[in-house]
Amino acid sequence: MIEIAKVVVAVFILLGALVCLVASLGVIRLPDVFTRSHAASKGSTLGVNMILLGVFFYLWFVTGNISAKILLGILFIFITSPVGGHLICRAAYNSGVKLNERSVQDDYNGIRNFVIKRKEDSYL
Amino acid sequence: MAFQILLNVFLAFCWMFLSNSPSAAGFFTGYILGMLSLFFFRRFFTRQFYLWKMFSIIKLLLIFLKELYLANVSVLKSVLSPKLNIRPGIFAFKTELTTDWEITLLSLLITLTPGTLVMDISDDRTILYIHAMDIEDAEKAIFDIRESFEKAIQEVSR
Repeated sequence: MIEIAKVVVAVFILLGALVCLVASLGVIRLPDVFTRSHAASKGSTLGVNMILLGVFFYLWFVTGNISAKILLGILFIFITSPVGGHLICRAAYNSGVKLNERSVQDDYNGIRNFVIKRKEDSYL
Repeated sequence: MAFQILLNVFLAFCWMFLSNSPSAAGFFTGYILGMLSLFFFRRFFTRQFYLWKMFSIIKLLLIFLKELYLANVSVLKSVLSPKLNIRPGIFAFKTELTTDWEITLLSLLITLTPGTLVMDISDDRTILYIHAMDIEDAEKAIFDIRESFEKAIQEVSR
């Protein structure tokens, strides 16, 4: 029984480490800020969460105590990591970082000027 | 929904004091009995019975986990493929959701779907600007997925 638990824990932690590795490879390989942010926000979320889940199962099955702190950590990473990706992308675009030349469509460009023009009668 | 849960907890406390068993088991039986009585009196509430809403929240959570897994597999594929043939782009998406927390939840879900990332939300909160990693094959499939997301969120908020 304890052997099966150890195998499950090892699979979780190794898969999490693998996903983190692929996410960091993506940060090196992808061409611009926005696509890099894709890899960073998604890969790191799943990778770190799988490692934390492996640690949670280790503490549960092997030493026998349920650690609620790890579950809270998983929840917080789930909530905050996509918001971080979104904010970095938005700040990069609004401070003038160009899209990669492979990009085919940019609906956001014209609207940004429209929003700034409308700002005088907006409630903001 | 919060009112019904509060009423249910109140009924459970009533059961605890009536049967004089201040323990977790007493609270639990009281909660079950209160839930039954709330179910039978459900036509007097303006909103729907809260257990159905709990089920739709659980459904939303399962969609969330599935999409996170699919997103990671697609990022892994496009990173590890030998030739990087991606065509990124930004497209606008008009949403029907109105309140702030619904839009926040929708953009969290979109950010964790395969190949999309929310860039900005327009001032009047009707248009989401989404950066897609691969705009050709993504766009149609993504719209289908997003219809299901919006449906699930509307089911929760109804």
